[in-house]
Amino acid sequence: MPGMGFGIRIEGLSKRYGEGDTAVDALKDVNMTVAPGEVVGLIGPSGSGKSTLLKCLGAVIEPTAGKMTVGDEVIFDNGWKITDLRALRRDRIGFVFQAPYLIPFLDVTDNVALLPMLAGRSNGDSRKRAKELLEALDVGHRAQAQPSQLSGGEQQRVAIARALANQPPVILADEPTAPLDSERALAVVRILNDMARQFQTAIIVVTHDEKIIPTFKRIYHIRDGKTYEEAGQALH
Amino acid sequence: MISLAGRDILQSWSKFVLTGIGLGLLIGVTLTMAGVYRGMVDDAKVLLNNSGADLWVVQQDTQGPYAESSSLRDDVYRALLGLPGVARAANVTYLTMQVRQGDTDVRAMVVGFEPGQPGEPGYLVAGRHITRNHYEAVADIKTGFQLGDTIRIRRHDYHVVGLTRRMVSSGGDPMVFIPLKDAQEAQFLKDNDAILNERARTAANPSLNRAGVPGLLEAIQSSQNANRNVNAVLVQIAPGATAEAVAQEVRRWKHLQAFTRVQMEEILIAKLIATSARQIGMFLVILAVVSAAIVAFIIYTMTLGKIREIAVLKLIGTRNRTIASMILQQALGLGFIGFLVGKTAATVWAPFFPKFVLLESGDTMRGFVAVMAICALASTLAIRAALRVDPATAIGG
Ligand SMILES: Nc1ncnc2c1ncn2[C@@H]1O[C@H](COP(=O)(O)OP(=O)(O)OP(=O)(O)O)[C@@H](O)[C@H]1O
Ligand SMILES: [Mg+2]
Repeated sequence: MPGMGFGIRIEGLSKRYGEGDTAVDALKDVNMTVAPGEVVGLIGPSGSGKSTLLKCLGAVIEPTAGKMTVGDEVIFDNGWKITDLRALRRDRIGFVFQAPYLIPFLDVTDNVALLPMLAGRSNGDSRKRAKELLEALDVGHRAQAQPSQLSGGEQQRVAIARALANQPPVILADEPTAPLDSERALAVVRILNDMARQFQTAIIVVTHDEKIIPTFKRIYHIRDGKTYEEAGQALH
Repeated sequence: MISLAGRDILQSWSKFVLTGIGLGLLIGVTLTMAGVYRGMVDDAKVLLNNSGADLWVVQQDTQGPYAESSSLRDDVYRALLGLPGVARAANVTYLTMQVRQGDTDVRAMVVGFEPGQPGEPGYLVAGRHITRNHYEAVADIKTGFQLGDTIRIRRHDYHVVGLTRRMVSSGGDPMVFIPLKDAQEAQFLKDNDAILNERARTAANPSLNRAGVPGLLEAIQSSQNANRNVNAVLVQIAPGATAEAVAQEVRRWKHLQAFTRVQMEEILIAKLIATSARQIGMFLVILAVVSAAIVAFIIYTMTLGKIREIAVLKLIGTRNRTIASMILQQALGLGFIGFLVGKTAATVWAPFFPKFVLLESGDTMRGFVAVMAICALASTLAIRAALRVDPATAIGG
C-alpha cells in the first residue's frame, strides 16, 4: 500500500505483566515506525521485551497503555480499537518463527493455502496463490511434499510464504534465521527484503544473529523495555 | 476449506486404524452382549410359539413349568377338556438332564409329549415326527445328534427320527422330544433298588400290610410305583373363547394355576431371564465406560501431541470452532472405524456362540448412535485442552 504513510507505528507502548509486588514492566516506552516495504531489525538482550512487543503487535496479549497503528488503522489506543483480533491476525499480520512450525499433516501447498482458506477464499484460489508464492520463494518444486520431507531452509521459506499468503501489511519475524547457517540465513533476509519491496510489507525482524545484523538499514535497540533507534550499517 | 481432521487422519492413518480396531473389538463385544440378551428373549418366544399352546396349566401356586417345578396328575387334562372354551389339552413333561451321546453326555431338556397334540415340536429340519409310542426321539440340532443316532436317557435307548432347530429351554439347553409315557418314566420312575427297598418298607409297615386283608399290600405297592404325574397341561382354546376367561375358570374350579401366552412371556422374560438381563446390562454399562475412557484417552493424547500446531493454527486466525470440530471429527472418525470393525466382528463370531446370539438391526442402530455419542462426549476433554491453548505460546518467549 504505497503512499499509506506507515506500515507500523508504535507510540508510547507499555506492557506490565502481573500486579503488585510481582509486577514486571516488560515494555515501558516503546516507539517505532516501519514504512511499507521496509525491513527493520529489533535487537536487545535477553529479557529486554522483544517477544512481548511482538505479542502485543500480534494481538495475542493486550498492552497496558500506548498506541499501535497498522496500515492506516489504529488497532490499539489504551485499549483495542478493533473487535475481531483473530481476523486481524489472519488478514493483516504474518508470523515467521524461529522454527518453521508448519502443520505436519498438511502438504507444503496447503500449509500456505490454509491462510487464504481461513479468510474465506476458495480452495482453488488459495492453492493458486500458494503455488505462486512458493515459486517466488524458490520452493515451488516441493509444493506437493510433506513438511517433514523438506530441509530446514526450505521449511523456513515455506513458513515465509505462509506469512505472506494473505498479503498482510505487516510481518513479524522472531529469530527467523536462528537455526540456519550463514548462507541460508542471509538468503532468508534477502527474501524478506525482496518480499517487503514487492508486496509493500512492513517487516520487523527480532534477532540476535550477528550474521544478519549488518543487512538492516534501520535497527531498533530495546533495553529494559525501552527502544532506541539506530541507523543500520547497510548501504542505502 | 480443507478438512483438517481428515488430513490428520490420513497422515497418521495406521495409528488411527489400529486404535479403531482395538476399540472395534470392544464394541463388537458390546454388540454381542446385547445380542446374547436378544437371543434369550427370542429363544423364550420361540419356545412358547412352538409349543402350540394358548394356556399353560400347572400346579397351584407355582409358576411352572419353566420357571418353577410343577407336578400334576396325568388325568387332569380330561377334566380340562370338559371346560367350555377348551379345544384341546395335552400333558407334557420337562426335565433338564444329561443325555448320553456315545461316550459323552450332552445337557438337554427332555420333553415328553403326546404325538399330534400341543407340545409336539413344530417344524422339523430333517426326518419325521414320532409315530411310535416308545423309544423314538426328535432332537434339536444343537444337541449334536443326527438322524439315526441313539440317545440314552436313563435306562432306555431312543432312536433319533427327526431334527428340529431353535428349540431350546429358557436356560439355552437344546431339547430332545420323546413320547410322554417314556418321559414320565424317565422323570418319575424310581430305580430297581429303590423299588425293592420301598416294597420292603411297605411290607414291614403293619398298617399297610394287614394280616387278613389279602391283596392290600400288592395294591398299595403298585400304586406307589405308578408314574402318573406330568409337569404341565398345554391347552388350546376353541375359536371364540378367550384365553384369560378359560384361565379364570381353571383357577377357580380346578384348583390349578393357568397362564396365558402373555403371562407366560412375562414369566420367562421378566422373571426367568431378568437376572441375566441385569448381568448383561451391567456389562454394557462397563463396556460403554471403558470405550469412552479409551476414546477420551486416545483423543486427548493425540491432541496434546499437537499443542504446538494448535497454537500456530490459533495464531494465524483459525476459529476455536474449527479446532474443536477437528478434534470432534477425529473422535467420531475413530468411533466410526471402531463401529465398523465391531459390527463385522460381532457378525463373524456370533454363530460360534453356544447360545443363540440375535444381532438386531435396531440394536445396531442404537449401538451406532451410542458409540457416536460416547466419542463426542469423550472428545470434550481434548477439546477443552485445545481451547485453553494460548496462541501467544506459538510466538515463544
Ligand atoms: N507471561 C509473563 N508473565 C510475567 N512476566 C513475563 C511474562 N512474559 C515475559 N515476562 C517478563 O517480561 C520481560 C520481557 O520478556 P520477553 O520474553 O519479552 O523478553 P525477550 O526480549 O523476548 O527475551 P529473549 O531474548 O530471552 O527471548 C522478562 O523480564 C520476562 O521475565
Ligand atoms: Mg524472546
